[in-house]
Amino acid sequence: MKNLLEINNVVKNYGDFRALNDVSIHVPKGSVYGLLGPNGAGKTSLIRIINQITMADSGSIILDGETLSPKHTADIGYLPEERGLYKSMKVGEQALYLAQLKGLSKAEAKKRLKYWFDKFDISAWWGKKIEELSKGMAQKVQFIVTVLHEPKLLIFDEPFSGFDPINAQLIAQEILQLRDKGATIIFSTHRMESVEEMCDEIALIDKSNKILDGKLNDIKRQFRTHTFQVGLNTLNPKEVEASLKQNFDVLPADFKLLGNELTLNVKLGKTNSANELLSFLTSRGEVQHFVELIPNANDIFIQAINRNN
Amino acid sequence: MSKLKLIIEREFIAKVRNKSFLIMTFLSPILMVGMGALVFFLMKKNDEKVKEIVYVDNSGLFSKDDFIDSKTVHYQDFTALGVDETKKKVEEGDYYGALIIPKQDSLEILANAIEFYSKDSPGMTVMNSLETKIERKLRNEKLNSFGIDLEKINASRIQSDIKMFNFSGEESSKLINGLKVGVGAIAGYLLMMFVMIYGTSVMRSVIEEKTSRIVEIIVSSVKPYQLMMGKIIGNASAGLLQFLIWGILIFIISTVASSVFGIDMVEMQTAKLPAEQLEAAKQAAGMDKMQLIIQEILSLPLLKMFVLFIFYFLGGFMLYSSMFAAIGAAVDNETDTQQFMLPIMMPLILGVYVGFATVMNDPHGSIAVLFSHIPFTSPIVMLMRVPFGVSWYELALSMTLLLITFVLMVWLAAKIYRVGILMYGKKPTYKDLYKWLKYKG
Repeated sequence: MKNLLEINNVVKNYGDFRALNDVSIHVPKGSVYGLLGPNGAGKTSLIRIINQITMADSGSIILDGETLSPKHTADIGYLPEERGLYKSMKVGEQALYLAQLKGLSKAEAKKRLKYWFDKFDISAWWGKKIEELSKGMAQKVQFIVTVLHEPKLLIFDEPFSGFDPINAQLIAQEILQLRDKGATIIFSTHRMESVEEMCDEIALIDKSNKILDGKLNDIKRQFRTHTFQVGLNTLNPKEVEASLKQNFDVLPADFKLLGNELTLNVKLGKTNSANELLSFLTSRGEVQHFVELIPNANDIFIQAINRNN
Repeated sequence: MSKLKLIIEREFIAKVRNKSFLIMTFLSPILMVGMGALVFFLMKKNDEKVKEIVYVDNSGLFSKDDFIDSKTVHYQDFTALGVDETKKKVEEGDYYGALIIPKQDSLEILANAIEFYSKDSPGMTVMNSLETKIERKLRNEKLNSFGIDLEKINASRIQSDIKMFNFSGEESSKLINGLKVGVGAIAGYLLMMFVMIYGTSVMRSVIEEKTSRIVEIIVSSVKPYQLMMGKIIGNASAGLLQFLIWGILIFIISTVASSVFGIDMVEMQTAKLPAEQLEAAKQAAGMDKMQLIIQEILSLPLLKMFVLFIFYFLGGFMLYSSMFAAIGAAVDNETDTQQFMLPIMMPLILGVYVGFATVMNDPHGSIAVLFSHIPFTSPIVMLMRVPFGVSWYELALSMTLLLITFVLMVWLAAKIYRVGILMYGKKPTYKDLYKWLKYKG
């Protein structure tokens, strides 16, 4: 089985409002899958359907080869964007309760909690109430509770919110480790740099529709503009720029180099290749800098959304 | 099922461990008995001070025999001093008041010409007793003037106490009826209080889960319906526990209190009745009052009432608390609950009013019967009727209706609950709630 989760043609209406319109997503086993989209696009609706908090009006959802059913709640771990814990309940009791709701026995839950509490060095919090902890501390407890029952599918909605950069890094590493151990991860966030860092595949949802999905590198290839950053040491920059313009689209540079080189952004035309550009440049001076501008997740996000509008 | 058990357990423990639960459970019976004892003590103290009432009888009709001293009121004849002197004396001295009986030609005019002067306005009981005395005297005078022999009248006076039976062989009398009204009223009122207190507690618990945002995590593990039912059952169990502890505590405390302080608990209950009525009851019964009451209480169908109280408590609580849960789910904070609370409180309060108004007069009248079958009022009204004996088929019908409504209401509430717990922001209207009912899954 290649895909752990297959969502096919899911439709969800809230009264007259269509929250999801014929959305299909395939999440490969053992991947980190980025679920992206602007606020109100329908991500949370989709995540809630996967968690069986609500049900789709139509469409099918297959988890690990089986149609999604209530018994699968134990196979899914979910960290919602809007999350919290019982304020006046003790950390340990609370973690045990939530683990048992996910189907763990009390003894097993205790054993695993001890492991995680030691790992995160928070054993001293066991008897404290949540209201005595800081937000970041509570988030750590929340993360542990989400992954404790070792589910096949983990869904993280903005997992880094509320964490300082050091703890965010810690959580990011934990997520990648979980993937390496075989878990499949759906990751929803607005922080594009972490998408870049962590996601193997992404899907982009906008206005209830999926507008883009696939491997991050494939998508980047789709969105590449064949534009190169160029830095050239030359005696006659004006002349070089003018003759470049005859064959290529030349734009002002959006970067800085260390010397006084001529800096330009050069976009290849349909007919010419990177090699032609490079050989032209080497014939006119010493090439200091030659890099293709690869679109990042942020650019892709903005472009795709704008295109959809 | 085991998840439901986990939820019930958590809700129960969260409720029972709460400080306010502990205080309510253990302190309020002590407070209740303590307050009762205090009121009784104060009333006794109040009565201990003997009231000195003086009278000036210018009509010459009254004699010392008409104003016989009681334990708390003493009478003195000041006729010799005259009206003005008496008033002065009463104003300066330590007297309760002065009764001035003028000379009048006819008894009718005299009846409305008698005056009472006092420094402070006199108590109702004192005035009533004075009026009774005067009326009795004047009536006797009138009878005399018609040439009717008082002796014969007195001799002809007969007390009747109709013994009432129903066909299941239960005997009753007015006193017993009073007791039944009391027991029924207490049970019905208690039930209303429990439903309100624990219903709002369910609502608060739902709001807490919503505002702390843990609810989305929980419903990714269990069905919202399970969470709601777990909450309701957990709170109902806590309520039953509290009720049980109260029962035991009140029994222990009153036993201890009555033996240690010599306070007669039964006398405490009846102390408010006018003395004469009590006297009549005593005479009619012809036996020691305390014994009689205990005997009558024991002869009530106590086990049946207990079982029915538990049933109607659970049924009524489930019915109402599912509505409370739906409200809690619909709003974001407690201040927004008010607009939805009224329709819930209304039938509860109506139940108590209807119970007090109709059951007391006619426990098997059509209004009482009707309201003891309407599921929203039946737990209260039926409990009030039960001490008077309700036929089994009426009970069965009322209980079945309650069960059906409760299942229906839980089903409806669960639909609102399911949607509401994940809705934040805008305060919903009734129209929104109706829309939520139609959402799928």
